[in-house]
This record gives sequence, C-alpha cells and structure tokens, in this order.
Amino acid sequence: MNSFLRGLKSGIPIGLGYLSVSFTFGIMAISAGFSWWQALIISMTTVTSAGQFSGINTMVIPGQYIEMLISQFTINIRYSFMSVSLSQKTNGRFRGIYRWILGFFMTDEIFAVASNEKEVSVSFFSGLSVIPYVGWATGTLLGALIGGFLPEVLMNALTIAIYAMFIAIVTPKAKSEKNVLFAVIISVALSCAFYYLPVLNEVSSGLAVSICAILAAVLAAVFFPIKTEGENENG
Amino acid sequence: MDNKEFFIYLLLMAGSTYLIRAVPFALIKRKIKNPFINSFLYYIPFTVLTVMTIPAAFYGDYSTLGAALGIVTAIILAFKNYSLTVAALASSLVVFITDLILKYLIK
Repeated sequence: MNSFLRGLKSGIPIGLGYLSVSFTFGIMAISAGFSWWQALIISMTTVTSAGQFSGINTMVIPGQYIEMLISQFTINIRYSFMSVSLSQKTNGRFRGIYRWILGFFMTDEIFAVASNEKEVSVSFFSGLSVIPYVGWATGTLLGALIGGFLPEVLMNALTIAIYAMFIAIVTPKAKSEKNVLFAVIISVALSCAFYYLPVLNEVSSGLAVSICAILAAVLAAVFFPIKTEGENENG
Repeated sequence: MDNKEFFIYLLLMAGSTYLIRAVPFALIKRKIKNPFINSFLYYIPFTVLTVMTIPAAFYGDYSTLGAALGIVTAIILAFKNYSLTVAALASSLVVFITDLILKYLIK
C-alpha cells in the first residue's frame, strides 16, 4: 500500500473521534451566539480543540485581543514541542514548503499517530491529515446546524470520545515501556495537584496543562533518558 | 459581535495557532543531538495527553460514575490493543447507557 493511502487509513479513527468533538464545538459556538458559518470558519482555520473552546469564550467579549493571544499561546505551546519532536522523524524530502503547509495540521492526534512511524514522509503525513481535517470541519457544521435536535444525554456522552482517544494513544505505550508509564504517573499526579490543591488550582487550565506536561517530561527525561545513538526502537 | 470584530479575533486565534505549529516545524532542520532534549521530546506527547485527560475527563456534562466507567472502558480496550475508534465509541456508549439508567431508572 502506498504511503498516502496508508496515512489516509490511519486518519480514519482520528476523523471519527473529531466528528463527535467538533460536533460539540458546533453546538457550543451556536449557543455562544455565533452563526453556523462562523463556527465552520473557526474550525477550518484553527483546527484545535482546547484552543477553540477557550477562544469562543474570549471572542464574545469585545476587544480582548491580548488575552486571546496569551490564552492561545499557553494552551497551544504543546504543539511547538510536538513540531520539534516530529521534525526529528521526517525523511529527507519533508522540508521547506512542505513543513510550512503540513505544519498547519499538527494536532495532538495526528502527531501521536505520525510519531509512531519510524520515518514520516510528506505523502504519509498528507494522507493522515485529510480525514481528521474533514471530520473536524464536518462535525462542526453538523453540530451547528442540527445539534439542537439531539437528545442531551447522547450529546454529552459523545464528548468523552476525545478523552477515550487520548487514553487509547497513551495506554499501549505505557503498557510496553516502563519509562512512559513513569511519565504518565507523574503527569497524573501533577495534573491532579493543579486541579485540586488550593493556590495551584487558581492557575488557568491552559497554563496548567503546559506546566504539568513540561515538568513531567523533564522528570522522565532526567530519570529515564532515551538513547539516541544508532537505531533505537524508541526513535 | 460584528463581522470586523469576528475576523480580527479569528486572525489572532488561527494565526497564533498556526505559527506555534509551523515555525518550529519549518525552522528546525537538523537532527537534535542533545540526549536530554531528545528524551524530553519523546515524552512530551504522552505527558500532554495525560494531563489533558486526567482529571478533566471526569468533569464533563455527564455523571461522574458514567465518566469513571467510560474511562475504565477506554483503558481496558486500549490495554488489549483495540483501535482508537473502538475505544472512543465504546467509551461514549458506556457513558450514554450509564447516564440513561441514572436519569430514567434510578430517581
């Protein structure tokens, strides 16, 4: 199978997951006062979950431009790390204009699937991006247009899909590699601390995600450094 | 909100998100040799996804019991190497059924 088609196929579960999450986004955008085409444009230009959910809450208040930039930066800074990480796995042809174009599609899930590859090619990454992108846009449109007609219990139940997907990405690695399990346990501990402990729980959720994730990755890197010389199954 | 305001916000949100993704991707051309940075980069996706999920997944617009069962379902299926789609759909289904029962059968 050629690598574009293989990428396309790998994108199906992501696209399905996105459909339900962006459906929720569509509904939320409408209830916040946006029109369907505005919800759709936001999803097609931004392509991110947490950033958009937070973004529409900022947008309804006029003139909060600096606040918008700060919150987007803290919520999205993880993508920079993912981009740097994936830049180490791309093959020789994957540079220049390809990176400027395909960097647009660097979502958590596309990154997670791409970084499972030994080497990432332009055609694989392009194929991988198609269905998630279409799913994200389609789900938003459907949510904005018909979301109000679905039973609320079903709607709400669908919103857990994105978390289940995250769990399904992390669990197999944590199962097979003790060092990843360590990173996951530290992440859970830090994240719960920032959620439940006084003072810490006043840190905004976007910033807390960045702090916890960076701290946990630093600790894992200190205690379980990955070998980089030669062939290494960890990449 | 008027259209002008909407598009200013859109530009800020979409533009900053794009640059955060694309600039590091396009500008880092070399293989990073530093083992610490490489290790950090290896772990970051797992820590980001974990931090975003726990404990936030427990506090959606569904019951905490439903969330707990849905999360356990996802972990078990992932542990048995089922695909992302299967885990996501099964987890949603478990939350849906749990909340239906809580809402209509147990009052």
